[in-house]
Amino acid sequence: MHLRHILRALGRHRIAVGLLVLEIAFSCAVVCNALFLIGTRLERMQRPTGVDEMHVVEVGVRSVTPGTPEATMAQTRTDLARLRALPGVSDAVVANPTLFGDSVSFSSVRLRDDAKAPSLPVAQYFGGAPLARTLGLKLASGRWFRPDEFVGYDALQNDTSAVPVIISRALARHLFPGQDAAGQTIYAFGTNRVVGVVDRLVQPMDYGAAGGYDYAMMFPVDLPYSRGTYLMRVDDPARRQAVIGQALQALKANGPLRLIAPRYATTLEAARAKYYRNDRAMAWLLVGVSLLLLLVTALGIVGLSSFWVGQRRRQIGIRRAIGASRADIRRYFQAENFLIATGGIALGMALAYGINLVLMRHYELGRLPGYYLPIGSVALWVLGQLAVLGPALRAAAVPPVVATRAA
Amino acid sequence: MFQYYLDLAARSLRRNKALTALMVLAIALGIGASITTLTVLHVLSGDPLPGRSGVIYYPQIDPQDLRGMSPSKEPPSQLTLIDGMNLLHAARADRQALMKGGEVPIQPEQSALDPFYVDARYTTADFFAMFGTPFRFGHAWSAADDEAKARQVVISRDLDEKLFGGANSVGRTLRISGTAFQIVGVLDHWQPNPHFYDLNTGSYAAGEQVFLPLQTMIDLHLSRDGSNDCWGNGGGGTDTLLPADTCVWLQFWVQLDSPAKVEAYRQFLVHYSQEQKALGRFQRPPNVRLRSLMQWLDYNGVVPDDVRLQTWLAFGFLAVCLVNTVGLMLAKFMRRAGELGVRRALGASRRSLFAQLLVEAGVVGLVGGVGGAVLALGGLWLVRQRSSDYASLAHLDPSMLLTTFVLALGATLLAGLLPAWRACQVAPALQLKSH
Repeated sequence: MHLRHILRALGRHRIAVGLLVLEIAFSCAVVCNALFLIGTRLERMQRPTGVDEMHVVEVGVRSVTPGTPEATMAQTRTDLARLRALPGVSDAVVANPTLFGDSVSFSSVRLRDDAKAPSLPVAQYFGGAPLARTLGLKLASGRWFRPDEFVGYDALQNDTSAVPVIISRALARHLFPGQDAAGQTIYAFGTNRVVGVVDRLVQPMDYGAAGGYDYAMMFPVDLPYSRGTYLMRVDDPARRQAVIGQALQALKANGPLRLIAPRYATTLEAARAKYYRNDRAMAWLLVGVSLLLLLVTALGIVGLSSFWVGQRRRQIGIRRAIGASRADIRRYFQAENFLIATGGIALGMALAYGINLVLMRHYELGRLPGYYLPIGSVALWVLGQLAVLGPALRAAAVPPVVATRAA
Repeated sequence: MFQYYLDLAARSLRRNKALTALMVLAIALGIGASITTLTVLHVLSGDPLPGRSGVIYYPQIDPQDLRGMSPSKEPPSQLTLIDGMNLLHAARADRQALMKGGEVPIQPEQSALDPFYVDARYTTADFFAMFGTPFRFGHAWSAADDEAKARQVVISRDLDEKLFGGANSVGRTLRISGTAFQIVGVLDHWQPNPHFYDLNTGSYAAGEQVFLPLQTMIDLHLSRDGSNDCWGNGGGGTDTLLPADTCVWLQFWVQLDSPAKVEAYRQFLVHYSQEQKALGRFQRPPNVRLRSLMQWLDYNGVVPDDVRLQTWLAFGFLAVCLVNTVGLMLAKFMRRAGELGVRRALGASRRSLFAQLLVEAGVVGLVGGVGGAVLALGGLWLVRQRSSDYASLAHLDPSMLLTTFVLALGATLLAGLLPAWRACQVAPALQLKSH
């Protein structure tokens, strides 16, 4: 089989061949970029938080009539005692904000006690003593907060005294490159000594530049329930729903009329799923469009190949009559499709990079990694061969006797 | 003649059902996907206040200290309480309102209902007239009520229906966060999309159930929601403490009825900034913006990036479908070279052959358009099943339905041009000879 002959035959159908090449190129370009987008979404959805998510549940409680800060704090302490007493709960704490919640607060962090020094906005967490244990955070260096270091929320707001801080390792590396951050001082709420560094802690929700997602810090603050959410650590993940039910009952039975409802309670696992729902939907949409695109392209190949087979029945008959086997005819159409697909893929690669450049300019997206190109090429070659198989077999079935008949 | 071409088209399309079905399917898929995403884009980038948005503006000034300053930097997107009150009391616009979002507990008098939380808007009297909110019963509070920190509230129709069965509840009492408020007005359905006046509390399908005077919120320390940005040593505030003077946390909207007034207001903002700088409150040179409502939405990039990306993706898909249709149509028209040759030999001009083939393409386009509309309805149904905040808004309106058919017909005719031209080039003699 000489490719030269095939090429010359294709030259007689320039428009149709051009259209097929164009279609394959478009598909290749869109599918490559779609796969890349799916990849970035999956990567985003799997970002770790540093928190032992499978063991944590949250229950939000809201007051109906405002009470004095002292009464609210006393109520919080008895609530926490009830929650810790629940079977299967090893710890409970009030924290703010919650991971995957709908709020985030930042403080400007400076390395010098000078309002003019450069500052970096860092996401902050407030929580009581068992926060690290409840979340299952891992200490990279330094120590946890000591019991005497915990302050009230209002004290933090009004007082500029020295509250210690624990920061994430990524933030530690950024602020103190090459040094141990534990023992250093930062300026956020007054003067804050870094007593510990945790392996990983992230912003409760994406906000602002993506580079800062793993910059976070924790302050030792005993919050009233009205300023945070109850977090509980459940030893057996299978019991999380049961624990939520028991916690709601225990809280309802304890204290004045408050807003306690299942809609304010969730497992951290469910909160993560909800947080990434748009990414998941987008990924599925991209999968769907890519499949449809490949389907449409395959249908186009089937349509045009069938047309060509119909047009060339006489030539096929002649070739069969002068000695070509069925396999020769089938291979001819397969080779023809391979050539067209190759042309389409070559054009498609260039187009894929072009689309990627446009996407990079308008959306926060990286460069298309090279390995998507072989994936896209193989997909379209295989697709082309599958689509052409039917028409090629039909061509191979043309009997030699056709040659003797008038067209 | 058109009738005859239609008849020919129908016969031709019936003759090769598989090829016809492939073309219709390709058009329908491409159109369905494009219209689904276009509809979502259309809904999300819509005008929240049709007819009024042209005269509504969002002033911005820059009260920050000198740290981190660069010449091109935008002023903060909200106001401090001091500046908000100053601009409100200056009353240089036709109407103006200062506002903040929050969430408050409602205690129904009927013991059958548990207490519940609703979204609240703390604002000033002009809010209602400026945004043209429809009243079902009663009216707004007055500017005097603002200053008097009146315990007055305007509620939504939904809340009125939940608490009072939709009856006229004006004059009745509502307990909000432990305080008795008098209901002065009940709004009719009003939910501007996007939620333009405060994009920090959800951009779409967000709506407050109670509206009460801003001064009353400050007086009663009701809880606040949304964004709060501080600089220097500013504290963000607590339950009982307002944010510091170096925090921006309020939205301020003005109504300016003529271009001259817009220019005058811009000058006023510059003068105000200069005056505050002279007083020592502001440190930066005047840095003001006065964006119209639609400019404000655009500046904030309200339409999610994902939605734009989906629209591009859908049009890429449509392009592939069209190229596919061009190919299939070429095959279809060329297969009929013999028939076209006969018509040419019998005296039909190239022009009339071309017209005939385009009519055939148009029929494919219309049928594809119907299929596309059905697919778009299905696609939008799928979009509505998603839990995004804008999902519930995705509906096909008449203008988008019309767009569907225009797009389908236009795209298919475009796709038909090349095959029809190619098929018209056949030499009649050659075709007649070979048959």
